[in-house]
Amino acid sequence: MSGHLIRSASPLGGERTDLLVRDGVIVALGADAAAQAGSGDVRVDADGLVALPGLVDLHTHLREPGREDTETVESGTRAAAAGGFTAVHAMANTAPVADTAGVVEQVWRLGRDAGWADVRPVGAVTVGLAGERLAELGAMATSAAAVRVFSDDGKCVWDPVLMRRALEYTRAFDGVVAQHAQEPRLTVDAQMHEGVVSAEIGLTGWPAVAEEAIIARDVLLAEHVGGRLHVQHLSTAGSVEIIRWAKARGIAVTAEATPHHLLLTDETARTYDPVYKVNPPLRTAEDVEAVRAGLADGTIDVVATDHAPHAVQDKDCEWAAAAFGMTGLETCLSVVQQVMVEDGAFTWADVARVLSHTPARIGRVTDHGRPIAVGEPANLVLIDPAARRTVDPRVQETASRNSPFAGRELPGQVRWTFLRGRATIADGVAVPHADATGARA
Amino acid sequence: MRHLLSTADLSRADAVALLDTAEAMAQTQSRTIKKLPALRGLTIVNLFFEDSTRTRISFEAAAKRLSADVINFSAKGSSVSKGESLKDTAQTLRAIGADAVVVRHPASGAPHRLAHAGWIDTPVVNAGDGMHQHPTQALLDAFTLRRHLSGGEGDLAGRHVVVVGDVLHSRVARSNVDLLATLGARVTLVAPPTLLPIGVGAWRCEVSSDLDAALVGDVQGEVDAVMMLRVQRERMTSGFFPSEREYARRYGLDAARVDRLPPHALVLHPGPMNRGLEISAEAADSPRSTVVEQVANGVSVRMAVLYTLLAGDLAGEGVA
Repeated sequence: MSGHLIRSASPLGGERTDLLVRDGVIVALGADAAAQAGSGDVRVDADGLVALPGLVDLHTHLREPGREDTETVESGTRAAAAGGFTAVHAMANTAPVADTAGVVEQVWRLGRDAGWADVRPVGAVTVGLAGERLAELGAMATSAAAVRVFSDDGKCVWDPVLMRRALEYTRAFDGVVAQHAQEPRLTVDAQMHEGVVSAEIGLTGWPAVAEEAIIARDVLLAEHVGGRLHVQHLSTAGSVEIIRWAKARGIAVTAEATPHHLLLTDETARTYDPVYKVNPPLRTAEDVEAVRAGLADGTIDVVATDHAPHAVQDKDCEWAAAAFGMTGLETCLSVVQQVMVEDGAFTWADVARVLSHTPARIGRVTDHGRPIAVGEPANLVLIDPAARRTVDPRVQETASRNSPFAGRELPGQVRWTFLRGRATIADGVAVPHADATGARA
Repeated sequence: MRHLLSTADLSRADAVALLDTAEAMAQTQSRTIKKLPALRGLTIVNLFFEDSTRTRISFEAAAKRLSADVINFSAKGSSVSKGESLKDTAQTLRAIGADAVVVRHPASGAPHRLAHAGWIDTPVVNAGDGMHQHPTQALLDAFTLRRHLSGGEGDLAGRHVVVVGDVLHSRVARSNVDLLATLGARVTLVAPPTLLPIGVGAWRCEVSSDLDAALVGDVQGEVDAVMMLRVQRERMTSGFFPSEREYARRYGLDAARVDRLPPHALVLHPGPMNRGLEISAEAADSPRSTVVEQVANGVSVRMAVLYTLLAGDLAGEGVA
C-alpha cells in the first residue's frame, strides 16, 4: 500500500525532518524516511509547515440526529478535518438525546462511515438531559461507542445529589463527568455577561458567580467521592482561580477554554448581532486575560471548540430570540496561534498539549494525542503558520455559517490532515473517503 | 441623523436641535388647524410588538399632524411566538413601501437589529425596546424639564434630577441618564440595590439607595426634579423587595417628601402610575406634577423626531 512521504516538516515547530507514513502508522523519521520511501508514496512538500499530532476536540456539537439542517456527522467531521482535528467528542444534546447505547452507537457509526475524523460520542448524564435521573451510563460505556465522557452540556447537572452520583458511578469505567457550569436560578432569562455592558444595553445578565458557584461545588464533590470532573467552557477569572485552588489541593479536575473565550469580549454585544450570543457568554477583557493566563500556566488543561452550528434563521433575528452558540472547528487552531503562540505564551508543543495530548487523555482516546514518533498512529496535522486568511463562513466545511470570526483576519492555515495515514485534507482541500490518497495531478 | 435608537447616540447639539424643533412643533399645536404638510405622501409604520396604547397613539398623532399616512401594525407578543421572524416582518414593511418604522419591542436591541441588519433601509425610531432604551420618552422628559427650568431654551446644565424606582428593568431610566447627562444635568438614581443593575457604577450619574438623603440635595445643588419610575407589579413576587408597603415607605413619593422639595422642583412620571406604590395620589395630583403635560409634550417631541428623520434637520422649515 502506498503511503505519504512528508518532506521537511517541523514536528512541534522543531527541527525539520521527513516522515514516512504507511498503513496508518509513522514508519520512519529523518533520513530513514526518504531512504525507505518508494515510488508509490505520495510526496508532500511540508517545508515551512508545523507538524502536530491530530487535534482532539472534547466539545463538538454535530447535531445529528435531529438537526441535520444545521450539521450532520459527515459535515461536522469534515469541518473538523479542515480544522486539523482527527477526533471529536460529539455532545449528547441531540434529538433524540444521546442517553442510550443505541443513540451513541448510531453517532459513532455515522462518524466511522464518514471517515473524516473519529467520533467519540458523549453520553448524557441524565435521561433526556432532564436532570432528574441518571442515564444508563454503563450501557453507553460498554457499547461499541465506548463512551468515556458524560455531559448534559447545554444544561447544568444542577442537583448536587445527582452530580455526586454521576461522579461516583462513572468511576466504575474510568469515565469523566463534563459539567456545563450554570446555576439555573441565577441565569433565568440570561442573555449575556452581567456587567457594565449588559447594564447599558439592557440585556439580562448572566453573572460570573453562576458559573463559579457550580464549579466550586463540583470540585468539592469530586474530591469527596474521588470522581473525575471536567469543567467545560470555563469563562471567568473566578473560575480559573477555583480550578487553580482545586488542583493545588490535588482534586481530579480538568478544565477547558474555548477559542472565543480566549479572544472575544462582551463588548461585541453592543452590536446586538446574535453571532456573538453564546453560553457561557463572552466575558470582560479581564476575564479573557485570566483565561489566557490559566491556559498558559496549565490551570486550564485544554482548548475545546464548543462548535455549535445553527441555522441562519436561528441567528438572523433579534438577540433575545437567537440561539446560543457559534461554530469553531475551522478557526480554533488559528485563534490559539494568535492569542497564545504569537504573543509568546505558547510553543507549538504547548499547542499539541492543549489541543491533542491532554484532550485525548481526558477522553481516553487511545489512538490520538500520541507523540510524533516511529510506530505511532499517523494522526497528524500540518499547519502553515505564516499564512493569513480572512474568515469567510461561506467557504467553510461546516453546514452552518455562525462564525464569530467572520471577516476577521486570523493567522495559520491547515494544509494537511491525516487520519490513520489517510489524507482527509490535502493541500488545503477536503479529500472524500473514496479518493483518499491526496495525490495531486 | 439616520435613526433614533438610543439617546446615547445623540450629541448635545443633536439633542438641543431636537428639543428646539419640538418647541417649534409645540407652537403649531396651539393653532386651530394643527396639521402641517411636512410629511405628506410619506408612510410611517407603527410596528408594536408589545402593548403600549399611550406611546402608539402619541406617535400616530405626531405622524398625522405632519400629514403622513400611518399604518398601525400590532404584533402582540414576540415575533418568535408568532412564528414569524422580525426579519420577515421587516421585509413585509419594505414591500409595503414604508418610509419610516416606529418600533416597540420586548427584546432589547430589536430596533438596532432592524436598523443595521440590512433587512430594510428606512429610518427606524425606537419606541421602547426591552430594558434598553425609550429615547422619545427621555426627549419628552427633557423637553418638559427644559420648559420649566431653562425657559424652553438651550440645555439643562447645572440642573439636578433624581430618578427613583426600578432602574434595573427601566428603559426610561437608561434613556434619561444618557440624555440628561449629555444635556449637562446632574442625575442621581435611587433604588433598592436589588433594582440597580450590576455595572451601574459606570453610568454618568450618581447612585443611591436612600431616597430621603437624595431628595435633600447638597452643596452641589438642590433637587430640581424627581422622576418616578413605574414599578411593575410582577416584580413584587420576584423578591426584588419584600412588600409593596415597604417599597412605598422607602421609595414612594408621598406628600411629605414632596413638601421637602424646593418650591420650584417638578415631579415627573412616565405613566401609567401605580398610585399608592411609587407615587401617592397627593404627589401625583400636586401642582408640581407634570404627568399630563408630559403626554402633550410627547406629541411635539415625536413630531420633531419624525420631521428630523424624514424631512431634514432644519427646525422651522415648513413648520413655524
